[in-house]
Amino acid sequence: MALVLTEEQELLKQTVRDFVQEKSPVTELRRLRDSSDATGFDGALWKEMAELGWASVVYPEDFGGMDMGYMELGLIFEECGRSLVAHPLLATVVLGGGCVLEGGNETQKKDVLTAVAGGERLLSLALQEGAHHAPLAVATRAEEADGGYRITGSKTFVLDGHVAEQLVVVARTSGDPGDRDGLTLFLVDAGTPGLEVTRTRNMDGRNAANVNLSGVQVERSAVIGEIGAGAEVLEPVLDRALAVISAEMFGTASEAFDRALEYLKTREQFGVVIGSFQGLKHRAADMFVELELSRSIVFDTLSAVDAGAGDVPSLASCAKARLNDTAFQVGNEAVQMFGGIGVTDEEEIGLFMKRARVLQSTLGNSSYHRDRFAALQGF
Amino acid sequence: MSDLEAFRQEARSWIEENCPPAMRERVESPDEIEWGGRAAQGRTDDRKVWLDRMGEKGWTCPTWPKEYGGGGLSKAEAKVLQEEMREAHARPALTSFGISMLGPALLEYASEEQKKHFIPQIVKGEIFWCQGYSEPGAGSDLASLQTRAEDKGDHYLVNGQKIWTSYADKADWIFCLVRTNPDVPKHDGISFLLFDMASPGVTVSPIQLISGSSPFCQTFFQDVEVPREQLVGEVNSGWTIAKRLLQHERSMIGGMGLGLGGGLSRGAPEIAKDYCGENDGRIADPVARDRVSQLQMDARCYGATTRRAAEEAKAGIPPGPASSIFKLYGTEMNKRRHELLISIMGTQATGWDGEGFNAEELGETRDWLRSFGNSIEGGTSEVQLNIIAKRVLGLPD
Repeated sequence: MALVLTEEQELLKQTVRDFVQEKSPVTELRRLRDSSDATGFDGALWKEMAELGWASVVYPEDFGGMDMGYMELGLIFEECGRSLVAHPLLATVVLGGGCVLEGGNETQKKDVLTAVAGGERLLSLALQEGAHHAPLAVATRAEEADGGYRITGSKTFVLDGHVAEQLVVVARTSGDPGDRDGLTLFLVDAGTPGLEVTRTRNMDGRNAANVNLSGVQVERSAVIGEIGAGAEVLEPVLDRALAVISAEMFGTASEAFDRALEYLKTREQFGVVIGSFQGLKHRAADMFVELELSRSIVFDTLSAVDAGAGDVPSLASCAKARLNDTAFQVGNEAVQMFGGIGVTDEEEIGLFMKRARVLQSTLGNSSYHRDRFAALQGF
Repeated sequence: MSDLEAFRQEARSWIEENCPPAMRERVESPDEIEWGGRAAQGRTDDRKVWLDRMGEKGWTCPTWPKEYGGGGLSKAEAKVLQEEMREAHARPALTSFGISMLGPALLEYASEEQKKHFIPQIVKGEIFWCQGYSEPGAGSDLASLQTRAEDKGDHYLVNGQKIWTSYADKADWIFCLVRTNPDVPKHDGISFLLFDMASPGVTVSPIQLISGSSPFCQTFFQDVEVPREQLVGEVNSGWTIAKRLLQHERSMIGGMGLGLGGGLSRGAPEIAKDYCGENDGRIADPVARDRVSQLQMDARCYGATTRRAAEEAKAGIPPGPASSIFKLYGTEMNKRRHELLISIMGTQATGWDGEGFNAEELGETRDWLRSFGNSIEGGTSEVQLNIIAKRVLGLPD
């Protein structure tokens, strides 16, 4: 599988970088955060991103998509990660839209994907219930009622859930928490009675929501995929999300590293630049090596997704665990290397560290993914 | 049929006809590795036949030019050959520092006469080469080496001492860094000499390691006369050759960590199930499971990085000091792997010899002890970090 970008991909990467640097430098995230923006992202910018095709890179042409690959989408995530762009790509396109793409019927796909591709609808995935990512631990129940289903339960860390117009809710139609069988996906409109969405603000300036479902009544047509076979739809969607999150984390960590390196070359103490001290040099070199390995596994995973390779689940967990660890190391080291200024809000480096740490917890920390990888590998 | 496919057919049938059945069996011990050389230690008839045939064909060094006895294959053909060798379970006919280190440097820096003389010998495995680099006072600071070579007209007179000379007790010739000018900055007075270990004045004394094995030696030179024509490149410009050769060495050592099994015939997951218990097909101890998983993931990331480097090279992207990354990460990962294995094996990995421990356990204990040297030989991990900081990141001295 290709681990080197094609000319077209290099060009796309450069185009994305130029766009992001011009339209959404890090100061933009700060503005959204400090103004307590109602949506938490720039709607006009999102419209432009959709017009450039970013919202539909991986969708088929039939639904207004560009029918390109996850490698391309990964490059967009990487470059956005470099600039900490607040955008609804993950929640809307990859998670919510991804479930419809993977398991939806033609009517659902036509309605949802076309709207997402045009930047006209925001989605999210309501999956997590406890403090950790545990996709099979779903306890939220959906009972058959009035010709449809009635959903009761509560969800947390629903990314961009406060602005989502539709939620893909994962509920249990049979079995017990922990069972792989018995999960069902429902497409639920945000205004449905009994659905209560509470915005939560995260330390990275981004937003999620707690979602309470008290007897939310949906039609049978709201079901995505087969009843009780939601895991079949969910798992490949989560793997693709892991691949692009890893790409974003690679971008964020790379930018934090570049900034720390620049600081090492300019900040003077004891009459010399601090980058001449071996105590810092070796740590910088160590981070560089970890980033090189990270880049390889991110590319390997994205291209495996595009090739439809059988080991995507293992690779996705491998990539996420690696990027969790690399982003943790680079984020923390970068703050330390900036010294006193590094712990101020004024200096941007802290924003990179905080974003990395939120993503670290998103869709599974490293021990979760090491355990999953082990299970997939038969140990 | 494409040319490459035709070559595959040719390679396949040639291997089929020429590789003795005994050379298609798994290598069970280091003694079975063919290092070439005059002494022919442990060389069975089958080993000799396989070495001679492969050497004659030039396929011990598939991509080296035909005019010096190499295989003259393109990189793509060499890859096909490698695949067919693997498919046929054919052992490498020859393992040598001549192939992995000296040869590439000679092809780049030696005179036409030297190439014509030395390269074919390497291809055919006639000479067992060893490397005379480190000295007691010149380890990480290799360029401060003191072994003198005085210009005596038709020859150089060599006096001094080398250390960590791998297999010097078995080698036929040495490629050696010597000081030809002590009055200039240290990097500018070094030359690259080749000479016969049977020369009068050369003595060798093996060093026993913490693992119990003695792959390294101390090597002493007292008034050794080396013919003038055995100096490679320009006099006093040996450091350039030395550095290039180190890159080849680092790639080689870094690559050793990649064969995840190492000396073992089974992987860490199976070993962990044996020693830490098995529960529903999983390693019962969650901490051990987590550590094994971490290691397997590291190996995947490292493997993906070596593949990426190969793809970049193919795409014409300059390699940069990648060998330092591979040397550093490959050896550190190999050390972590052995640390993990002995922690999994518990007290069964504390044995030295005799009863109470099986061969796998005793072997692993020795391999673990041997792995301490991985992050030292060929340039310590700290030196690799220095190189990355300076050459890649541009951090100042």
